[in-house]
Amino acid sequence: MHAYANPTRFLAIARPLTPWLLGVGLLLVLVGAWAGVTQVPGDYKQGETARILYIHVPAAWLGMGGWTSLAIAGLIQLVWRHPLSGIAARAIAVPGMLFTALCLATGSIWGKPTWGTWWEWDGRMTSMLVLLFLYAGFIALTNGDGERRGGGSLSRGAAIYALVGAINIPIINRSVVWWNSLHQGPSITLRGSSIDNALLWPLGLTLLGFSLLFGAIVLMRMRRIIADNRVAARLRRLADDEES
Amino acid sequence: MKAKHQRLVLALVALAGVAGAGVLAASALRDEAAYFRTPMEIAGGKASVGEAMRLGGMVAAGSIKRQSDGLTIRFVATDGKASVPVEYTGIVPDLFGEESGMVADGRMRADGTFVADRILAKHDERYMPPQMGEMPKNMKAPKA
Repeated sequence: MHAYANPTRFLAIARPLTPWLLGVGLLLVLVGAWAGVTQVPGDYKQGETARILYIHVPAAWLGMGGWTSLAIAGLIQLVWRHPLSGIAARAIAVPGMLFTALCLATGSIWGKPTWGTWWEWDGRMTSMLVLLFLYAGFIALTNGDGERRGGGSLSRGAAIYALVGAINIPIINRSVVWWNSLHQGPSITLRGSSIDNALLWPLGLTLLGFSLLFGAIVLMRMRRIIADNRVAARLRRLADDEES
Repeated sequence: MKAKHQRLVLALVALAGVAGAGVLAASALRDEAAYFRTPMEIAGGKASVGEAMRLGGMVAAGSIKRQSDGLTIRFVATDGKASVPVEYTGIVPDLFGEESGMVADGRMRADGTFVADRILAKHDERYMPPQMGEMPKNMKAPKA
């Protein structure tokens, strides 16, 4: 693990990996979405609107998974001070927020024809909106301080913020169990799925595809942050040379 | 103890503290954060007449009755333990129907009827193809 904490070693792996994640991810998303729209029947009760789940569910999982990894990166930054952890946290925040927003938007579009409302303040929706705001707060907190801090590491405050925000993740997950809510209970649990297999399989494709895309975006953003840091370091050296 | 280990212990203790606070807050919110009340809670005296609230439950089989004005419906909301009669004037969502979930905004009337201003349909966690949905539950093909 320590070996990959070195940005140069990391880049040697990230560079060739990025196009693969991006290409395979896009392909899986396209095939999954095509299958979800044309190859499987609609739901017995909702009809065609149920098909939005092939986007909505991966978006929700990646929004939550994004913060979980962001919090782990924050912990690694706090305890081990790995040079890549802060860079990873910064890189995860933007796609994490994007997928959370996508989850809220698709949920709202589905909610109108299904429930009869665009938005209700039930436990699931409210806690997911809180996650969106947490991402916005993290981005605001870390925006532009990477080069100044050197190496893209997080400030202690930002790392603690990432850890404290993680408390919202189990709350989102349990919100439909702890509190009665408008959002239905979990369809996919450790004990199995209440989505019939005939409707379930495209979800596997889009879930894997969006995850690979998420990974590709994170790698691209990490590479960019490393490149920015190197430019900043070089400029600093040049300025020092001129002064002396 | 190395500084690294000290930081790890500190971070884990802080994390446990935050998680504990979260659990306490969540359990304290248990009733307040509920989106609706169940017929059982209303039967248990948790609703005073005229108080704005939401009622959630299943629409009892065979209970939807359209009134003579053509707009008002009456039905019974149940959670299996208690039931509350509901009256609503207006358009219901497409998914509103008997033996499926609904949430109603409104208030209790003195005669024990819940008068709704708005009705939302609640969807459950099952998704399946139409052929299977039409079959009686006990005839559904066994899962592979």
